[in-house]
Amino acid sequence: MRNPLRSEGEAYRLLWIVVGGAAVIIAAAFINTWLGVAVAVIAFGALGWWLMHEPVPGAAEPPPVVTSETPPGTHRVLVVAPPGTETVSVPDGAEVLVVVPALSSTSEALTGAVDDRRDDAETTAAALGSRLDGARVEVGADDPALAVEDALRVFGADEVLVAGDDGMLEAIRERVALPVSRV
Amino acid sequence: MYLFIASEIMLFGSFFTAYFFVRIVNGVPWPTPPFELPVFVATINTFILMTSSATMHWATVSIKRGNVWGMRAGLLLTFLMGLAFLISQLYEYLRAGFNTGNGAFPTIFFCLTGLHGCHVFVGLTILAFMTIRAFRGHFTSEHHHGVEIGGIYWHFVDVMWIVVFTTVYIL
Repeated sequence: MRNPLRSEGEAYRLLWIVVGGAAVIIAAAFINTWLGVAVAVIAFGALGWWLMHEPVPGAAEPPPVVTSETPPGTHRVLVVAPPGTETVSVPDGAEVLVVVPALSSTSEALTGAVDDRRDDAETTAAALGSRLDGARVEVGADDPALAVEDALRVFGADEVLVAGDDGMLEAIRERVALPVSRV
Repeated sequence: MYLFIASEIMLFGSFFTAYFFVRIVNGVPWPTPPFELPVFVATINTFILMTSSATMHWATVSIKRGNVWGMRAGLLLTFLMGLAFLISQLYEYLRAGFNTGNGAFPTIFFCLTGLHGCHVFVGLTILAFMTIRAFRGHFTSEHHHGVEIGGIYWHFVDVMWIVVFTTVYIL
């Protein structure tokens, strides 16, 4: 469904659509009250149909695939560890960045009630940071694939290791052009 | 944003339900004689509000193109027109000749237009901050999220006015 208040431009367009619809309803109501009611029902139905069927901008485009570059002579590993992960094994001699996505449920994400989930992620990040010598540990976005994308923008990695389930592994594979495997 | 829209629909929806119940189910004459609705003032107000949406859009388009002074002028004009709308509505209330104690019609009238007026007041507060920030140089062609969000809210308030104006004053 298209959000009519997605941007200022779309909200402005919605305003003029509503003005046009109101003008038609008023004109019909002046001719006959029930004609006005009928036009109002049709107008609201048409507006709802349009909102349901007009494509969302960019929805049909494939998601961008993120690549990264690593300086020569270094081996960098990005590790994705969901909250609750106690430890992960990382390759010796590699530069390691561990990202703990602040996973939240759909209702928590919709309502923005993600503070507790972020606290969980920070607790896990702190624990992993104390166990993994030399590794940087950060809290990431609530979407693991998005957390990986964010991390790759500042940390060019050669591979991604995932300590999560198959769903998380596949979601990350679809979004990055790097070797992605389970820890 | 979806939750905001849903909550607003429910809020205005409850007031419109009361309006339809009073007018359609109970058959209360609208407006109840001997009272009359100030349709002319409301029509002028409607044009003011529609124009303010145009200036708001002008402000957003201007800053996207890097035209800072266009944005400042647009925001200032939008604020002034919103203020004119609110003052005019208060004047309309004072000159209406009826009050909430005069029956169901005035109660619903003041509730619906007053609810919208509250939204305009919130919008004006947002616009005031946006305008101050605009004159302090906080917005650029790359960073103008504050203008965009305020603009969405202002257009939403105007959409609701069209619905209120059509149902309360015209039909």
